[in-house]
Amino acid sequence: MSSRSGRPQPGWVNPPGHYLKRDEMYSLVGLVEYPPRAKYLFSAGQAQSRFLMGLKEGKILGTRCPRCGRVYVPPRMYCEYCHTHTLEWVELPGTGVIHTAVISYIGTFRERRKEPVIVGVIQLDAPGYTPGGYEFAGLFHRLCGVTPEDVMSGRAIGMRVKPRWRPPEERRGDINDIECFEPIEG
Amino acid sequence: MRTNIFVKDRVAVVGAGLTLFRRRLQETPRELAWEAAKQALESAGLTFDDIDCIVTGTAPDAFDGLHFNGEYIADAGGFGKPTVRVYVGGGTGVFVPVAAWWHAASGLCDTVLAVAEEKMSPAHPHPQGVFAYIWDPILERPLGPNLIWIFAMEMRRYMYKCGATKETIAKVSVKNKRNALDHPAAQAAANITVEDVLNSELLVWPVNRLDISPVSDGAAAVILARENEARRITDSPVWVEGIGFTLDNTHWYNRELAFPRYVNYAARMAYKMAGIERPWKEIDVAEPYDPFDYKELHHIEGLMLARPCEAPKLLEEGWFDRSGELPTSPSGGLLGVGNPIAAAGLMKVAEIFWQLRYEAGPRQVKKPVHYGVAQAWGDLMQAGTVIVLGN
Repeated sequence: MSSRSGRPQPGWVNPPGHYLKRDEMYSLVGLVEYPPRAKYLFSAGQAQSRFLMGLKEGKILGTRCPRCGRVYVPPRMYCEYCHTHTLEWVELPGTGVIHTAVISYIGTFRERRKEPVIVGVIQLDAPGYTPGGYEFAGLFHRLCGVTPEDVMSGRAIGMRVKPRWRPPEERRGDINDIECFEPIEG
Repeated sequence: MRTNIFVKDRVAVVGAGLTLFRRRLQETPRELAWEAAKQALESAGLTFDDIDCIVTGTAPDAFDGLHFNGEYIADAGGFGKPTVRVYVGGGTGVFVPVAAWWHAASGLCDTVLAVAEEKMSPAHPHPQGVFAYIWDPILERPLGPNLIWIFAMEMRRYMYKCGATKETIAKVSVKNKRNALDHPAAQAAANITVEDVLNSELLVWPVNRLDISPVSDGAAAVILARENEARRITDSPVWVEGIGFTLDNTHWYNRELAFPRYVNYAARMAYKMAGIERPWKEIDVAEPYDPFDYKELHHIEGLMLARPCEAPKLLEEGWFDRSGELPTSPSGGLLGVGNPIAAAGLMKVAEIFWQLRYEAGPRQVKKPVHYGVAQAWGDLMQAGTVIVLGN
């Protein structure tokens, strides 16, 4: 093995690679387009299936860890901190505060949306957590009745909210059974 | 955390290499991996025959559009040798040298080639669609999320908790893109202003286009060697003083978003191993992971290079400039050099290696350097990977 040569290394000054402009890429020889054809059916599992059934009935359910007392929403079948089986189900009021909120102008594939949507994290009222602590029970969902000004000024954060349910006949046992979270009047 | 940090064998980084980082490169993933590996070997005066083991890293297979992508790129150096691919999402780039370290520190291999590659351009017209598959299929995907949402939510919370403004956070993007002007592999180097960032396309408030690193193709490689071997290879080995990696849960919306616990735990592990008690004083140069501009500040705090919520103020004072007290992302980071996911993290490790050898040329930081830290983060605000190097 030889010792290291002079510095800086010659190869490093001109890193290898051939850049392609957009058009150049689309006119490459041997270019193959392949859209994957695969479909998946995801089972919601032990804990989340029951949670989704609860949503259908207009209830937010969580599981309680028998050891540390944390109430999980979304529910887990086991406590992540204690590795115990969480068997006890608890119904929560569904109320909570906004932890963070943003205004999205784009959709999943980066397409511009016609109307922006406000989404955020809702910290739910649930027993078993230190107030102001690092962990909490919560959901990620849309927010309605919250204006872009509320989001940008920071007024939205800490706002008390509750779920706005879809009419019972429209509920399918789906996270979208909750239309959104909206501010509690007064 | 109870990990045995009293590992006897010392391991050094002895070489590093990079390809160009670009939006589209003609090279295939394995050609990129081979180019970077070749660079790294040449810089150490080694050949493939001198390498005992290989560790590869690449982020989700869905970008390249090939399963077993790690094995696919491994024949760029791993043929007939013990080879493993490691993967922790965006944290992979720093996890590759961490895994290479334990191959060497355990005594299993004398020399290890660590190579990371990412080719995001095959997913067209934009890889955003591929990111849709990181969300939970039951509770998240039905809401039609975009990857940027999660960052926007974390950034908003950080701004609220720390009183940081969009103007201040934009200065990270300005700094890193300016630093990248001196980087020969850079894709997004530019002299821009805070106004340019604020006036760029608004995607998800508070995130504008220029708050985000670009989509990239590229590869990076480093060579690690055990002490005896390292001293034979080079007069200026850069020692791996500490490594750390931890994982948090997938329920990112059940945790305080303003502080990255997943990075902090990994940092504490690495500092403990390195014998560093006051990182904010003892670390001379840092490469915190910066796929978004606020993320650099967030990670600086997770790495304990500033107190929680103190990073925006220090940034305003020029603390993190190349001429500052604690230069961060002197390479130009992901915002400036580019973000071929796994390769970007390893590029950061390579930068600390060059900085500690005083080989970074125009990018060399002003102050004398003894210890540097590189960090990456991955998955749903979950994986923290940290490496501390010393000269």
